[in-house]
Formats: sequence, structure tokens, C-alpha cells
Amino acid sequence: MPLALAAALLLTAATPAPDAVSEVAPGVFVHLGQVAEAARDNAGDTSNWAFVVGERCVAVIDAGGSEATGRALAAAVRARTALPVCALVITHGHPDHLLGLPALAAALAPQRQIAAERLPAAVAARRGTYQALAQRQLELAAPPVIAVPGETVNGEAAIDLGGRRLVLRAWKTAHTDHDLTVFDEASRTLFAGDLLFVGHLPVLDGSLGGWLAQAPALRALGAARTVPGHGPVSSAAGWDAQTAYLAGLRDAVRAALGRHQTLQQAVAGIDAPAGWAMTELYHRRNVTAAYSELEWED
Amino acid sequence: MSFPALLPSALRRLVALAGALACAALLPLAAQAADEPSPDTEQWTGVRQYLFADRPIADNMGDVVELDAPFRAEDAAVVPIGLKAKVDQTPGRYIRKLWLLVDKNPTPIAASFELTPESGRADIETRIRLEEYTWVRVVAETSDGQLHMARKFVRAAGGCSAPAGKDMEAALARLGKVKFKLEGEVQQGKPTLAQVMVSHPNNSGMQMDQVTRLFVPPHYIRHVEVAYAGKVIMSADVDFSISENPNFRFYFTPQAGSGELTAKVVDSKDLTFSSTLSLGKTGT
Ligand SMILES: [Zn+2]
Repeated sequence: MPLALAAALLLTAATPAPDAVSEVAPGVFVHLGQVAEAARDNAGDTSNWAFVVGERCVAVIDAGGSEATGRALAAAVRARTALPVCALVITHGHPDHLLGLPALAAALAPQRQIAAERLPAAVAARRGTYQALAQRQLELAAPPVIAVPGETVNGEAAIDLGGRRLVLRAWKTAHTDHDLTVFDEASRTLFAGDLLFVGHLPVLDGSLGGWLAQAPALRALGAARTVPGHGPVSSAAGWDAQTAYLAGLRDAVRAALGRHQTLQQAVAGIDAPAGWAMTELYHRRNVTAAYSELEWED
Repeated sequence: MSFPALLPSALRRLVALAGALACAALLPLAAQAADEPSPDTEQWTGVRQYLFADRPIADNMGDVVELDAPFRAEDAAVVPIGLKAKVDQTPGRYIRKLWLLVDKNPTPIAASFELTPESGRADIETRIRLEEYTWVRVVAETSDGQLHMARKFVRAAGGCSAPAGKDMEAALARLGKVKFKLEGEVQQGKPTLAQVMVSHPNNSGMQMDQVTRLFVPPHYIRHVEVAYAGKVIMSADVDFSISENPNFRFYFTPQAGSGELTAKVVDSKDLTFSSTLSLGKTGT
């Protein structure tokens, strides 16, 4: 894929307005965050968020990476509909998807806030790190408030927006240990969170084996389109490109372990494939995570 | 003295690497070389006094011990660290103790390792968690009572990297599994590299969620003892600065005939885990 897609990405990612959305299917609005690391100049607008409008109410999916994204999201919703927000769904607890929650919740007063069952514990164990990181990256005067949804899902749950049903599904450990997807039955749109990266190098913070094992099931949901956590809205081809990277990573790390290489040697010796953005920041980290997982095989 | 000659090229490589990283979390690139703070930190002053009182310590001479640590930690939860001996383990003079110290971690004494001439080489590799940019140190005590230190300044990574484990449930499900791996050919009388791995979440218990008030309870490995042919060759006191699934590479010296490597691991709840690797007939 990758060169053409990466080039297209660079064009489409040219600083969209923080509240810009496109209607990718009737009633389905998507904002594409920048493919970049959070920084003051992008105000934390570095992940995708979306909302789905039913006959009775609205569901918002993810909150972006800052107070600014939370406010932009709320403005985007209110520019499209006056219906109440019945649910805010957070796909996982990484700060680029979560930090907009307090501002969003204050502006839109969602009736329910929902995440996967293991999200609260995962965020609890990382709260201080995430606060310090966000403060440094966004150059904030004080550490940001981090809030998590109070309602959790284990397995599947459905939300009725009035004539429109969303199916929430919690997955086994993959990108993180608390990934949640949202499927809009009406438009067959899948909101994959960071279970899918398009153009942006996939980031492993859960289980490589789990991610690869569940990718076929995610692809087989038969979505007409998939909204990834990072990068443009994709067809099934997005899954294939991601799986090629993850499988390549697994094979290279297994080979390094077979040669009795140390973690340092594996990190130094396994190059990133071409065609992905953000490899400098994330590929060596992925090798580290894959190595510490796969050394337990056999 | 080939070691000092290596430094400039290694340093150049590291600076080039840092220059290639477009990480907003880092300081301006031009400041990279200069942003190494003074090694005389408040934490070191305290730890030095606590562990070594007024004993002299040879600092960063590179002739007894070296520290292998990345310039920049890719994953703050899994930072590979090597404690490398520059002297042989002979009965006349050997490294009997190594301390691994991390200035800015909540508990700066990450580990201490006791070694013997039978260890073969006083090299240990493990992985640690880093809370922030910090000096990492190794102090070696030789059998004549001398202290030698090596140190490196390590920068923690940006991104969502956090010191917590990635899959808490998997870590708990596999809790207590202990595994040996031989990393080289077993040759009689020659130091041979092996690895002991312990499946354990190694939680600090120091993180609390301000909203949910959920604690991750403290639960970590505190002691690891490896014996070969009935003699202890490495005994380690460790804590939660060591990464999830603690992992130690060490040397032992295979002897004629058969021999067994055994590991005994004790955690903070006094749970004991063990493993044995039978080497059978060693090579001649
Ligand atoms: Zn993520």
C-alpha cells in the first residue's frame, strides 16, 4: 500500500478545522484527526471521533485528545442536530481518545457514558503518566483532568438511537486490554477505535497475538466502511495492510528470539517497513512490546 | 583500552537517532547533547549515604563495570538494562555484588545482585520501568571491598508509553510460571549465558485512580535465587522497578557430568515459585 496511501494521507491530513466533520453515510459524521503526535499546535486533535444521529437521540464515539477537541466535538454535534445525546462511547483509554471527555460531557450532558469493562483499571494504572505527558505535549499550565465512563460493557451491548441500533462489542486484548468497537447497523459503519490504524503505524499496547487472532473476526463483520482510530475511513483493505505489518512484526521478532538475540539486538535489527507514518516514534516500541510478549511462546 | 575509543562513534549514532525522532515530548533537538543534568542528584546523595556511607566509589572509570542502557527508552514499561563486568570472576578477585539504581523512580534501589566466582561472569541483564527522565546507575562491589560505579542518563519515551503492564489479566493468569532458557552452547568450564523468566505482574501498588478510588494492589517479586549444581550463583533482591514478567540474563559455569539449574522466586505476598532445568551430560 503504502506509498500511495501515505501520500494521500499527507494531503487529506493537512490541518483540518478542529470541528470539521464529513457525513460518510446518512446520519454518520466523522472527524479525522491529524496523523501526528499531540502538541500545542494541533491542540491534541490527533485522533478520529464521530457521532451517529438517530430519530430520537445521538451517540458520540470518542472524545479526542484535549479539552479543545471535546469542545470542538460538542460544537460539531450542535451544528448538525438539536437532539439529546443518549450515549458517549469511549473506544479505549489512550489519552488521545479520552482527554476530551470532561469538556464534551459538560457541553452535551450525555445520558450514558460507556467503555469496556477493563478501561477504568487500565486508566487508573496510567493516570499520572498520561497527565504528565499531556501537560508536557500540549504545554498546559496544569495537568488535565482525566475522567472515565461510569458504565462498562463486557461482551456485547446495544444502544437504540430511535430507528437506529448501535452494537457495542468489547474485545479480548489486542491494541489494548480494553478495546471496544461500535457498529451502526443502519449504515453498516464500523467504528473500530485503535483496533484499526490506516496509514498511521499500528501501535501495540496490548497483545500482538490477540490482535492478529481477532483481526479476521473484525474484518468479517462485513462493514461497508470502517472508521479507524487514526487515518482515513477505510474499506476492508485497511485490515489487510495492518495485518501484514503485525504479522511481519511477529515473524521478525520470533526469528530474533530463535537466534537468541537480546531485546536490544532485536530492537536495533528489525527495521520498520516502508509506507507507514509515525514509524520513528512507534516501530521500535512495537518491537519491544512484541518481544516481551513472544518470548513466552513455546 | 579500546572502550574509550568506541565512545565517540556510539555517541554520534545516538545523537543521530535522537535527531530522527520527531517526538514532541522531547526537548528541542539542539539541546539533546546538553540536556544531561548533573549526576549529583538529591536522590543519589540519599541512596549513596544509605547504602555506602562514606566509602569511596570510583565513578565511571569503565574498568570494572559498565552500564548498558538506551539513550532513549522506547517503552517506559520495558527498558532493557545491562550490567556488564569488565573483570573476570576469579576466586582471587571477583564482583560479589551489583546494585541497580534508578534515581527518579519511587524506590531508587531497583535491585541488588549477589554473585560468586562460580557465576563465571558478573553480567546481568534485566528490564526496568522508568517513571521519568533519570540517571540509571550500577555500583559493583569487588571481593576486595572496592566500589565502582557506571551510570547513564535515560530519557523516557513519549507516546502513550506508561510504566504499567499491557495485559493485566494475562499476567495474572500465568502468575508464577518460571522458565529457564539457555542462550548459548553449554561448554564445560566456560561461562554460559542463561535466562530466568518469571511470569508476574510485578505491580507497584502505588497508582490510585482519583475518580474510581480503585487501587492496583501491590504485588511484586522481591527475591530471586538461582543455583547451579547445588551452589547459589546469583541471588537478587528486587522490587517493582523491574518490569512486568521479570527477566534476568546471567552466566553460570557448567561442570563435568550432569548438573541442574534451579530458581527460587519469592514475591511480596510470600508466594514461592520455582523451576529446575536439568542439563544432562554437558559437552566436553
Ligand atoms: Zn490507542
